[in-house]
Amino acid sequence: MQSKKIEQRFQVIRMLVAVAIALVIAFLLVCFVSETPAATMGNFLFGPFQSIRRIGNMVEMMTPLLFTGVSVSIMYSCNQINMASEGAFFLGGVASSYIAVTWLLPVGIHPFFCILAGGLVGSAVCGIPAFLYVKRGALPVVSSLMINYVSLYLGLLIINYIIRDPQAGYLCSYEFAETAVLPDLFSKTNVHFGLIIAIAVLIFGYLYLNKSRWGYSIRMIGKNPAFAKYSGMNVFGTILACQLVGGFLAGMGGAVEQLGMYNRFQYQALSNHGFDGILIAILAHYNPKFVAPAALFLAYIRVGADIMARTSDVPVEIVSIIQAIIIIFVAAERFLSGWKHREIVKASRNELAAKGE
Amino acid sequence: MILENIFSAQFVYSILRMATPLVLSAMAALITKKAGVMCIAFEGMMLFGALGGVIGSAFTRNVIGGVLTGILFGVAVAFIFAYFVLVLNANTVLTGLALNTLGSGGTVFILYVICGDKGTSTSLNSLVLPSVNIPLVQKIPVLGPILSGHNVMTYLAFLAVILTYLFINKTAMGLRIRSVGENPQAAESVGIKVIRTRFTAILTAGVLSSMGGIYMSMGYLPFFTRDMVAGRGFMAIAAQNLGGGMVFPTVLSALLFGGAEALSNVMQSLRLPAETMQMLPYVVTLVALFFVGGSSDRGRRKKRREKK
Repeated sequence: MQSKKIEQRFQVIRMLVAVAIALVIAFLLVCFVSETPAATMGNFLFGPFQSIRRIGNMVEMMTPLLFTGVSVSIMYSCNQINMASEGAFFLGGVASSYIAVTWLLPVGIHPFFCILAGGLVGSAVCGIPAFLYVKRGALPVVSSLMINYVSLYLGLLIINYIIRDPQAGYLCSYEFAETAVLPDLFSKTNVHFGLIIAIAVLIFGYLYLNKSRWGYSIRMIGKNPAFAKYSGMNVFGTILACQLVGGFLAGMGGAVEQLGMYNRFQYQALSNHGFDGILIAILAHYNPKFVAPAALFLAYIRVGADIMARTSDVPVEIVSIIQAIIIIFVAAERFLSGWKHREIVKASRNELAAKGE
Repeated sequence: MILENIFSAQFVYSILRMATPLVLSAMAALITKKAGVMCIAFEGMMLFGALGGVIGSAFTRNVIGGVLTGILFGVAVAFIFAYFVLVLNANTVLTGLALNTLGSGGTVFILYVICGDKGTSTSLNSLVLPSVNIPLVQKIPVLGPILSGHNVMTYLAFLAVILTYLFINKTAMGLRIRSVGENPQAAESVGIKVIRTRFTAILTAGVLSSMGGIYMSMGYLPFFTRDMVAGRGFMAIAAQNLGGGMVFPTVLSALLFGGAEALSNVMQSLRLPAETMQMLPYVVTLVALFFVGGSSDRGRRKKRREKK
């Protein structure tokens, strides 16, 4: 029991150390690039809290990440490295834009259909790699990356040839119908109704993955597929189902982001929300309960880097470097394992000593 | 009209041109696969290789200096991958993913620091690898224009194929790599150092893959642009998958993907929707994965089913 507790504490500490290392390296890079490193770093760390608008920015940025974070948590829980949430997010956004531009529906119902369309398309995108794996044994790592590019170009094709607004000077769709747009929640910020949907998704994800029968089989298959199979679980069916659910959530996220933040579809490239979802899911240990703080953390360093890039000469891309360092250290199993080992040995010695008395 | 474009020597020439980075990285993917490591960090290695080539050639004013710097950059990424995966026991796919993120953001960061531009490195005035006309072959009617006049790196890519084949199948190191990939415990029991062997394999792959990246910025284009590798590292993995872990089928798959890219270029110039054509190589990969299936475990699974 004691060693399990140490194990848990160790996970948290290792994550914090990873974040600290990433921030230290970021600071060194800032020192190297910027002429006023202390002020720049101050902007980066404290800038996001300096006004209501910036806090609002963080919440706006967090909202889509909640969707992809939960999506990836579900998909990876059964040990499928399916990165198609990126494509699902993009194509889900395109599908919802199509409905938002072309359908005529009353307020309240319109967004519902937009988001539903986004979700269904997302399911299809994430379902293909899962299908290829289940039916043909093709690793989802490769096929999901291919499907991301297919989604990108398919989406741009739809925007360019079906719902492009020729009056706008650049590649974008017609303006969304006013009935489709998600309303803002607070004045002064763009925090929109999507946040409430995202919270609902978080709760759904938690109940689905941690409290339901399906979630139990998903996690069991992730940990030990052979055992799951011999205990009578439908391994392939469950894998397919949880990729479809994950894809649905990622597609919903794409739809909500479009309807909440923009008035027309204007992405020209993949938005990286899906890959960010992977980082968030790793930080949250594939547990939807911890997705919110992880997403908030990522939104925080994003907004901070944005402010830093605007006020100094450090490019925003520093975030990718921070992100990479965090992933790599959290993924490294043996990083700090010597420390954990010593702690466990010490704890069990104490336990034995206590028994001996 | 389209057919005329496709059945020309020029088109076949452009297949080889497009396939060069894919062939190099596919060989890298093959070596890591043989060593039993699922490496997806080629995107990052290629991007760093491409950036290194540009920076090196701009500062040393020497093509070879550029190539060596590029390889150094790419191998550095491979080294980080190997260290984290082999020594710190990190998940291979997540590490690969992280290094690809690092490749995409890190190269732009360095680019911005060095030339103050986040898009391209045109202000650096870097050098380009020379093209080579092969004296006698050049004069052969159809074959001449196809085979001659390529960038040096294209010839090196095909040389690398032969060397990879010999390396894996005919050398002691190759045998060790294969045995470590097939059964690490057995290999260890006969005294092969598993970690050291895998390290060698990953670093060798890093050299090949960064050569593919160098070709992108010193041959295919004369400068570095952000995210210029555009999924080629992943396509190389797909080619390796499609080739079933054998050298020559892998090269054929890489050529197939190169062909799809070349086709998309031809069709773009014919004013067909560019997006459809850009999608083509990826769709080809997916369809191919559907027909071939992916990994070798499928074969094993099938066998197991038959046994029952």
